[in-house]
Amino acid sequence: MSIEIIAYILGGLTIGSALMVILSTHPMRSILYLVVTFFMISANYVLMNAQFLAIVNIIVYAGAIMVLFLFVLMMLNLSKDAEPKTSIPMIAAAVIAGGSLLVVFVAALRDSGGKQLVAPGVSADTVNNIGLVKNLGHELFTTYLLPFEITSVLFMSAIVGAVLLAKREKQIID
Amino acid sequence: MDTGLFLEKLILVVILFAISLGVAMYSTYLERKVAAWFQDRVGPDRAGPWGLLQPLADGGKMFFKEDFTPVNADKWLFIIAPGIAMFVALITSAVIPWGPNIFLFGRDIQLQVAHVDIGILFIMGFVSIGVYGIMIGGWASNNKFSLFGAIRASSQMISYELAMGIAVITIVLLTGSLDLGEIVKAQHGINWFVFKQPVAFIIFFVCALAECNRAPFDLAECESELIGGYHTEYGSMKLGFFLFAEYTNMFISSAVIAVLFFGGYNFPGMDAFTGNWLALMCVGVFFAKIVFFIFVFMWIRWTIPRFRFDQLMHLGWKRMIPIALINLLITAVVIAFMEGWFN
Repeated sequence: MSIEIIAYILGGLTIGSALMVILSTHPMRSILYLVVTFFMISANYVLMNAQFLAIVNIIVYAGAIMVLFLFVLMMLNLSKDAEPKTSIPMIAAAVIAGGSLLVVFVAALRDSGGKQLVAPGVSADTVNNIGLVKNLGHELFTTYLLPFEITSVLFMSAIVGAVLLAKREKQIID
Repeated sequence: MDTGLFLEKLILVVILFAISLGVAMYSTYLERKVAAWFQDRVGPDRAGPWGLLQPLADGGKMFFKEDFTPVNADKWLFIIAPGIAMFVALITSAVIPWGPNIFLFGRDIQLQVAHVDIGILFIMGFVSIGVYGIMIGGWASNNKFSLFGAIRASSQMISYELAMGIAVITIVLLTGSLDLGEIVKAQHGINWFVFKQPVAFIIFFVCALAECNRAPFDLAECESELIGGYHTEYGSMKLGFFLFAEYTNMFISSAVIAVLFFGGYNFPGMDAFTGNWLALMCVGVFFAKIVFFIFVFMWIRWTIPRFRFDQLMHLGWKRMIPIALINLLITAVVIAFMEGWFN
């Protein structure tokens, strides 16, 4: 009972902070609201007993990516005239793109409402504890080993690419 | 909800809060006394016996100063930044195991507020959040020196987090658990990880210095070129919060160093005791270790001069990370060999 109320409050806060990301006029505040949104999403994960996912979400998104966003934003000149002008065709295009995404989401989620997506033969206890780091790690390294390894190859190539891009320019400071 | 559990956690939280603030308060006193000792001076000795009331006098002075906000500052963010710094500094104490279980009023009380199976990741996560206080504070002040400080702090913290994380992973490999309680239990007696992983310890320690913005890595405040860095525009208790957060961070990182490498609350010969006496002695030993590491932090501050910024980046990216990676690789191979993977 009480956990449902918490879930509703948390859902409201998550959507509210996500709305503030696009409604606030200053880019700096938008980023900070985005950080708040990531925290809210992590709280939702914790509510589903997926602690590992929650903390990794905070470390990767709030701790690393958003800090880089802020870092870049601090270097920019944030005056009013530097902002790009929005024309009517651009707004129309944005509305159409966003609207079609909404249609896709509604279509995908309409039929899954209320049903629990559990494979047959899996006990409720396993489902509830799958987010704990021990079970998650076990699953990743047994059932889903191949996708996991392929993902790490992808990350490796991304790292190599990033190093290559950084190396291209001659360094001024030795 | 179990009322007893709720009460015991609440009391533990209040005690921890008080201890964190108390230790941070007397760290400022200790810092002055240590500095005085290293420079062959007397140090603060006017307020109370041996100057013991000095932190209270400082706090009172901070409170009664004019609370000033620059005209061009972003008011909201300017106010919220010291709060974030303080919040992040205090919250990590929740997952640290302060001692073995205590039996009181027929209850088996755990001396750890939140027993989560991802304890060490929780700490790493909030370490990476810690930079927000400094960045927002520096940016919202609308002062170029503050902005320089904020940018320096953020790039420094991002750089040193990586090596810190790799050093932590070697410890996780040794124990096979992310749970800080398990990590401490694996170091029973004198079986401390510093003897198995001295390289990881040195890397972690240097990174902890950098993450706390302590000298020789205090380029974010660097009074000789940035006149205080990110807190140039701050005054009164807002400045107090920033300075206090630094000392709280120092306390928590000392605790984490003790947990990961110096056996947490374990001490040699602990098997001779049982029950509550053991628990009390363990807590005492743990705090002795923490105070020792706080002293080492200060020792380093008053001994080693500040790095130049390019030297700092060079050390972080070209020295610490490769050494940490090689250390991790060797550890992994040795563990695989011990487990019999090569037979």
